[in-house]
Amino acid sequence: MDVNALAFYVFAAITILASLGVVGQRNPMYSVMLLITSFGALAGLYVLLDAPFTAVTQIIIYAGAIMVLFLFVVMLLNVPREEPGLPGVLGALGTRGMQIGAVLSLVLGIEIVWALSRVGLGWFGQDAAATSVSSVTLIGKSLFTRHAFAFEATSILILVAMVGAVVIARRER
Amino acid sequence: MIPLNYYLILSGILFAIGTAGIFLRRNLITMLLSVEIMLNAVNLTFVAVGRYRGTVDGQIITFFVMTVAAAEAAVGLALVISLFRHRETLSPDAFTALKW
Repeated sequence: MDVNALAFYVFAAITILASLGVVGQRNPMYSVMLLITSFGALAGLYVLLDAPFTAVTQIIIYAGAIMVLFLFVVMLLNVPREEPGLPGVLGALGTRGMQIGAVLSLVLGIEIVWALSRVGLGWFGQDAAATSVSSVTLIGKSLFTRHAFAFEATSILILVAMVGAVVIARRER
Repeated sequence: MIPLNYYLILSGILFAIGTAGIFLRRNLITMLLSVEIMLNAVNLTFVAVGRYRGTVDGQIITFFVMTVAAAEAAVGLALVISLFRHRETLSPDAFTALKW
């Protein structure tokens, strides 16, 4: 087994286990920490995919900015732990509706995996593995020429989100 | 080189885990975290397909998704703070004012 494959399996295992931990336990503080772990492993996968700039962005913006925002709110609100569900083994999953939801999402996962396992490279055009996509120059050129409108629209979106967050969270008097 | 399918399957598993989190957790903050997991699963798909097609478009869409995720986190957490101020709880079962 070569190094790339080994790294893929390690990162994939860390990502899946950490994500399971996020949804699997009741303390939101641990959830946020595990999600940061999961995002770090995802950044490793991006490096394997020849996208180092995306990996760095993932760490700086997701693990660095967004998760800190979550951490702030968890600490600010001092959220109590979730109430335990009904007694019994199945009760650990929660109420009847939650059990049905868990089964449904399991079915969704099996469906997605089954469908994706038959997708071949042919569906997405040629295998251009020789072409390098890691160049920041290429990303910048494409971002500011072909995707310039979306880029500008994004700035409006951020402005709207900023004003909205301030207005919503303001203490009314 | 790792086949594209492996990345797609991994992202499918992550997406299903995020969906399960929405259903299983009775805590608004953890539900928002589950949405982040789902967004990251989609990001992984974009980057992987872009890599195997040899274009940078996948990475560029990923940046836009990250921006939207940041905006969503800011507004969502503002809503959570505002809701917590009213009811002193984060359980979604407590907020039924719009229920018919």
